[in-house]
Amino acid sequence: MSDEQDHKLEAKSDYVADASSVSTPDIDAVPEAELPDQELYHSHSWWTTYVFSQDAKYIGIQYALTAIGTGLLGLVLSWLMRIQLAFPGLGWLEPSSYYQFVTMHGMIMVVYLLTALFLGGFGNLLIPLMCGARDMAFPYVNMLSYWAFVVAVLVLLASFFVPGGPTGAGWTLYPPQAITAGTPGYNGGIILMLISLILFVAGFTMGGLNYIITVLQLRARGMTLMRMPLTIWGIFTATVLAMFAFPALLVGCLMMTLDSLLGTSFFMPAMVSLGETLTHEGGSPILFQHLFWFFGHPEVYIVALPAFGIVSDLLSVHSRKTIFGYRMMVWAIVGIGALSFFVWAHHMYVSGMNPWFGFFFATTTLIIAVPTAIKVYNWILTLWRGNIQLSLPMLFSLGFIVTFLNGGLTGLFLGNVTVDVPLSDTYFVVAHFHMVMGIAPILVIFGAIYHWYPLITGRMMNETLGKIHFWITFLGSYAIYFPMHYQGFVGVPRRYFEIYDSPYIDTSTLLLNKFITIAVLIVGAAQLLFLYNLFASARLGKKSEKNPWKANSLEWQTPQMPPEHGNWGKELPKVYRWPYDFSVPGAKEDYIPQNQPPSEIIGAKVEKT
Amino acid sequence: MIVALSIFLITIGSIAFHFWSPWWWTEVASNWGNMDDTILLTFWITGAVFVAICFFVAYCVWKFSYKKERRAEYKPEDKKLESRLTWATAIGVAALLAPGLVVWNQYVTVPENAYKVEVFAYQWGWKYRLPGEDGKLGKTDIKYINDDNPFGLIIEDPNGKDDLLVDADELHVLKDRPVKFELRTIDVLHNFYVPQFRGKMDMVPGIITYYWLTPTRVGDFEVLCAEYCGTGHYAMRGRVIVDEEKDYKKWEAKQITFEKMLAKSKKNDNLQLVKKEK
Repeated sequence: MSDEQDHKLEAKSDYVADASSVSTPDIDAVPEAELPDQELYHSHSWWTTYVFSQDAKYIGIQYALTAIGTGLLGLVLSWLMRIQLAFPGLGWLEPSSYYQFVTMHGMIMVVYLLTALFLGGFGNLLIPLMCGARDMAFPYVNMLSYWAFVVAVLVLLASFFVPGGPTGAGWTLYPPQAITAGTPGYNGGIILMLISLILFVAGFTMGGLNYIITVLQLRARGMTLMRMPLTIWGIFTATVLAMFAFPALLVGCLMMTLDSLLGTSFFMPAMVSLGETLTHEGGSPILFQHLFWFFGHPEVYIVALPAFGIVSDLLSVHSRKTIFGYRMMVWAIVGIGALSFFVWAHHMYVSGMNPWFGFFFATTTLIIAVPTAIKVYNWILTLWRGNIQLSLPMLFSLGFIVTFLNGGLTGLFLGNVTVDVPLSDTYFVVAHFHMVMGIAPILVIFGAIYHWYPLITGRMMNETLGKIHFWITFLGSYAIYFPMHYQGFVGVPRRYFEIYDSPYIDTSTLLLNKFITIAVLIVGAAQLLFLYNLFASARLGKKSEKNPWKANSLEWQTPQMPPEHGNWGKELPKVYRWPYDFSVPGAKEDYIPQNQPPSEIIGAKVEKT
Repeated sequence: MIVALSIFLITIGSIAFHFWSPWWWTEVASNWGNMDDTILLTFWITGAVFVAICFFVAYCVWKFSYKKERRAEYKPEDKKLESRLTWATAIGVAALLAPGLVVWNQYVTVPENAYKVEVFAYQWGWKYRLPGEDGKLGKTDIKYINDDNPFGLIIEDPNGKDDLLVDADELHVLKDRPVKFELRTIDVLHNFYVPQFRGKMDMVPGIITYYWLTPTRVGDFEVLCAEYCGTGHYAMRGRVIVDEEKDYKKWEAKQITFEKMLAKSKKNDNLQLVKKEK
């Protein structure tokens, strides 16, 4: 401890000495470091290098691969459900298995795939590199975070093997049904689900503290907050949201576990369950919904904000143009993050809560549309008069704009309380949230993987396979979810194992179900192409040059590519500008890396950042 | 070129699908046609934005595709444009919100003359209770539920005596008379949903929730449960029949009061006692 303080003092006195000795303003000056260089843990064996790794880059890859593996299970579950919906005559599934698959699909995709991949995966990989740090602030805790995630996934998977199977309570886990006899997995599966979520939250908190502190404390010299890439802004803000939102989920899970195991009545009123009067009394099911959605709505943005950030960077790099309105973009991210804590009950307009809340939450929800719209405008204005390269990351970013726009606009239907009444609990909702927080972020993930793959492996992914993958995924998922909204207009309720020949539903609606299912099977199968490309390219891919996309941000400026342990060799980088100086008039190249000193680009008319 | 064209065609295709696909809402059967109007308004505004932005993207991709010798424009910000877009969006959003709130106000304000009907949900089915001659529904408690008192009416409450108990999944309502559904469940969450009525509200054990509507056309409509309630959720169906006065009265006359039901079950008990003695 005292050593550290000494270092600090030394660093400070250096700074003072420097400042006084420099008499003429040096155009390459950057503020001195306030903290001494980080001391890193160096691994000594295969186990500590590749398995119990403390290097954020490896942890990021571990997180990503685990999340993708779990996501594949979610994908297979969606196939099983869709086959049942399209061909109910097959007798393919029992209703109870259908509901179990619906539940596991939802929870896996939202929490164990998207949250883990964006924050655990991209967060770990990119935060130290893009901020110009050697590693996360607390590498050991970072390692624990990943292994807690692994245990959470294992507990979740274990629920498939307990008597009664996994919970079939729907991913929202609403009590009382989640823990009473009418729902599959009501006494075994649900407990494992709750424990798994608790573990996930614990693990995520360890990672999250790391992300926040690293961004705040370990940025390179000259990397002011307003020079950070939007990717980092997105991941950072999402992590802050998660720190506030996950505790609500945590207590909800704990309270429901107690209700189920110890017979408390937090969420359980007096009730009859399949003819039997239960001993619970006085609890409130709506309380759980408030806790769940106080987590659940920010969760949407926990997934969306990193996607917003990443796609901004992809669009800027691949259209060789400054991101339009950077400052607005930053404030929009922060604003959306703050507002996202005041809109949760728009998931509960028809939940039976006091209906007068509807006025407040409809208003806040529609207000959040404004910063979101600004982001969309700024993305498309970035394309305007750009020099657009139709590389794979750009294709996926364009796909994102279309799907996100579509899904965001249908949010204006559901957020507006009156319009929500006929549409809630129908397939319109299913279509909306898959478009906006399923397909849109996943397209960004694909774009990001194609973009940063050379940084991780030193090789490029195959372009032809990537293009096939893009077209099938983008067009296919649009074909799945766009028509699905119209099933919602007809009034087809969600979470129906079978709709039968309801008198109000045209038979053609059932035909549409078949079409959607076929599209689902094709799009799902196309992901195998991606997986092949992902693994095969690590060996067979074309060798990548350094900084293959000619990007400005720091992760591409490491002395070696892929970066080695400690990222920066002997000396940490110094930052002179923001990462968006593309196509600057008067500059020789059409990009100026963040760490290129002003003395090397004399004549370039850069705006001060 | 292909990319720009695809985005263009997706936009055109979406519009075409909207106007020419056969899937649209059912003919409304309640006073909540104004909910449909708010949806249509939302469609026009958001649809216009969708088309404009997609076309803009397609144009950019086509017009500004990569050329080695060209440089992109260097223009990090445009304050004027940004603030104009912000205000335009705010106005559009307000135009959507205001009518929505007006209709919501109507939805949560029940007219005083509304006829009260209790909708009783359980895993997995529907029952109904009408207030009888006094126009008041008797109080209930889950502890009172047993074979003789399936609705759990509090026997001491005089208002409950004349309540009509409909121990079937079929409810009749009178055309053009506002009706307030008092929603009650004895087990888990449910939601009383008739697509043609547009209205919806969850039923929560421990509290009575409600919504109201005025049926506007005669017909036979399916009731669906719209809040997931366990394995039998998808099979939890019922019927609501909107009648003219004559048919309604006929149906109402067939329903029995709570008092009669109790008397009947007592008689049954006595009969059984007699049988046992023999």
